[in-house]
Amino acid sequence: MEVPRHWRLKKQRYALVGEVCPHCSSKIFPPRDVCPYCGGEAKTQFSFSGRGQVYSFTQMTSVPVGYEQSAPYTMALVQLEEGPVVTAQLTDLGEQHVEIGMPVEMVTRKIRTDMDDRGIIIYGYKFRPVLAGPR
Amino acid sequence: MREVVIAGIGQTPVGEHWELSLRNISARAVQAARKDAGGLIPEAIYIGNLIASVASHQANLGALVTDNTFLEGTESYTIEAGEASAAAAFRMAYLAVASGWVDIAMALGMEKYTDLSGDTMDEPTKLVMDYDYEVYTGQTLTSQAGLLMQRYLYENPKADRLAFGAFPLIGHTNAVNNPNAMFRKAIRAEVYEKAGMVSSPMNMFDIAPFADGAAALILTTTEIANKVGHPLVRVIGSDVAIDTLALHDRPDPLAFRAAGVSLENVCSQAGILPSDVDFFELHDAFSVYGVLSLESAGFAPRGEGWKLGIGDKLTLKGDLPINTMGGLKARGYPLGATGAYQLVEAILQLRGEAGENQIPDARLALVQSLGGPATTAVTHVLERMPV
Amino acid sequence: MMNDYATDPILLKPNHPVGIIGYGAYVPRYRLPATEVARLWKGGEGEGLPIKEKAVPGFDEDTITMSIEASRNALKRAGIDPKEIRAVWIGSESHPYAVKPSSTIVGEAIGCSPHFQAGDWEFACKAGTEAMVAAIGLVGSRMAKYALAIGMDTAQGRPGDALEYTAAAGGAAYIFSPADEAVAIINATFSYVTDTPDFWRRPEQHYPEHGQRFTGDPAYFKHITEAGKHMMQAMNTTPADYKYAVFHQPNTKFPQRVAGLLGFSKEQYKTGLLSPMIGNTYAGAAIIGLTAILDEAEPGDRILLVSFGSGAGSDAMDITVTDRILEHRDKALKTQDYIARRTEIDYATYTRLRGKLTMR
Repeated sequence: MEVPRHWRLKKQRYALVGEVCPHCSSKIFPPRDVCPYCGGEAKTQFSFSGRGQVYSFTQMTSVPVGYEQSAPYTMALVQLEEGPVVTAQLTDLGEQHVEIGMPVEMVTRKIRTDMDDRGIIIYGYKFRPVLAGPR
Repeated sequence: MREVVIAGIGQTPVGEHWELSLRNISARAVQAARKDAGGLIPEAIYIGNLIASVASHQANLGALVTDNTFLEGTESYTIEAGEASAAAAFRMAYLAVASGWVDIAMALGMEKYTDLSGDTMDEPTKLVMDYDYEVYTGQTLTSQAGLLMQRYLYENPKADRLAFGAFPLIGHTNAVNNPNAMFRKAIRAEVYEKAGMVSSPMNMFDIAPFADGAAALILTTTEIANKVGHPLVRVIGSDVAIDTLALHDRPDPLAFRAAGVSLENVCSQAGILPSDVDFFELHDAFSVYGVLSLESAGFAPRGEGWKLGIGDKLTLKGDLPINTMGGLKARGYPLGATGAYQLVEAILQLRGEAGENQIPDARLALVQSLGGPATTAVTHVLERMPV
Repeated sequence: MMNDYATDPILLKPNHPVGIIGYGAYVPRYRLPATEVARLWKGGEGEGLPIKEKAVPGFDEDTITMSIEASRNALKRAGIDPKEIRAVWIGSESHPYAVKPSSTIVGEAIGCSPHFQAGDWEFACKAGTEAMVAAIGLVGSRMAKYALAIGMDTAQGRPGDALEYTAAAGGAAYIFSPADEAVAIINATFSYVTDTPDFWRRPEQHYPEHGQRFTGDPAYFKHITEAGKHMMQAMNTTPADYKYAVFHQPNTKFPQRVAGLLGFSKEQYKTGLLSPMIGNTYAGAAIIGLTAILDEAEPGDRILLVSFGSGAGSDAMDITVTDRILEHRDKALKTQDYIARRTEIDYATYTRLRGKLTMR
């Protein structure tokens, strides 16, 4: 059971809460308290918009233990509009064709369960093709 | 700093050794290296290992190894640097002898991938990634490489996807004559082209197979080694460079920065250019790693590394042979022990003992081991000493 | 003997006027046509199917994830700081945990934590409006400035059961506020509840049981007509006063028939009638009809909503749209945007998505 390490990351995982550097204004995700761009102390919370684009992607037919339910799935590197790149699954693809540069938006989804069906459900960010409609 | 030479090498066959334990395979490698070194007794043993604490539930490997090789009391512990662990252990042995702290040091790479079975076998390999922000998303080492290859093909639209097949094809061809290789069967281009997709655009043959293995090297001074009686190889460059833990944190994931930096540093230590070497043992955990390693080393401009695979250039007949005994793809990929195999194989070439695969008059070798997608890069330059 | 609801103070009305400042819908992407269920279980008999198709959640969706998205839509429309939301109440019969609140996770994800009331509500398909009435009370008493109420479900029917055609996923979220900030004002609510076991699910049981025909007249129709009729009597209104009406929609037929019984025309109920396209979203069913109406309504329009939950009871709500609707409703995805996002699946994919294949 790994409850503490998932619990402490809930803000990052549920809502892409990172940091903004007070010295160089860089947006930082995941948060690390030291700005990776200027080295200054950066502890100011910043909520990312969740909008971004596909930097790269790969469809996995062979998936790790605990993720079988959703195989095959598509992993992606997503470049957030504020700058940082995150690793995440793409979801709700339907028959949609994925390509690099495709606009995507963050959704909070079930990632897996800790241990088996008795464990906690781990929720976190995934990205889906931007849904048409008013913004 | 003293000059450091390799007095002895030993390896065990790479493969699925269901019947052997960590103790068995490590002891075999240690004994073989000691025998090759005329019985030299190491004063320190640096062990390169990645997954034993998870896959075998065994830490304290220093005690395990010395206990089982009649070397009780010898300084010994694990050096962990991802899949580059054994190369990092070799570097520690090199530094220990070069500094004068010990006269004889051993680097031992050991890995027991098959202590686990079933669908949990690959779980320990995820240790080298960022658990909080990569592993939990469902990422694996394979999907990381898939992401790199997809991006590579996007940034370089002229790149021929099939040219990546050069890495497995060369590896399998070279492994035919390596008695310690896991797969000693050449494959045809058509087989590569038709292989099933695993992590698009990568197919089964773009991926090196995880396996068990142990290999050891004994490093010492020229004076001591001269008594051993076989050709000597010396270390003329040793460096390690580190990149971000998570692939997504790199401004340019295709750059393989750590690989480039460590390679540049060893060449400058050795006073050579990369093009001076007779062959290059590179870390082809995935075929795309091969391309990116060649580019970061400067053997091809950015985006053109794939072209090196066309024709004979990288084969044993070419002017830049790679992975002369099969590489990770065909010799097998014993995770943290891999670096020891790469170094042992390079030394066989430099000693003129590579059999059918011997590169004529091989004098200079580049050997590079990567942990993760060049998250850690350990690079060495080895040189055959004049008789 | 019928009560005189016109004089009896039976209406629920807050001390201070309350309205909806933000609302949001969610419908998952996948659709299972009713003909697919019939293909498997009825030899392909396609006559008299209860709906056209139902919405099915993806592998990675549940009541919590869908509530998060609907709430984010509600927050976009409300334009308020989530820290000002002092209650997150979720009505559902498919909370992912038997013990551990869905609402704490949703509240954390949308930024309400830590000063908020959190709780999960259960009253079959009425759990959503139950949470809404409670939120209206919390805001109307001025204990809280804003409160979020959600009705959301990923309902399951036993394979081959009549419910399998319709048991769907989706729902809506509403943020309540003082009336002067609202896009729609709650004029009053009215509830009609009795002990009527028409549908239930015991602990540890995967699928619910239902009384088949007993779910009709004594349950659905009785409770909705009582609540609707008496609400209008107490408010001194007639169907003609309402531009829109929306009822709990377990299938296509029931809500149309109950609308007729109460005197409403197709013109009034068609905007909120979504069950033919998305199925029965249980705790979300009536209130996602309301989001579809708010997406189109004009200032001054009056809406009658009547939910129904088995067990059984109905909550009626009398709602008037304000001028503010025009500036708020385009700030998030609309109900029809989600309905238009559609990937048809077959029964095999459906059984995988719904976890009906035993994986371990």
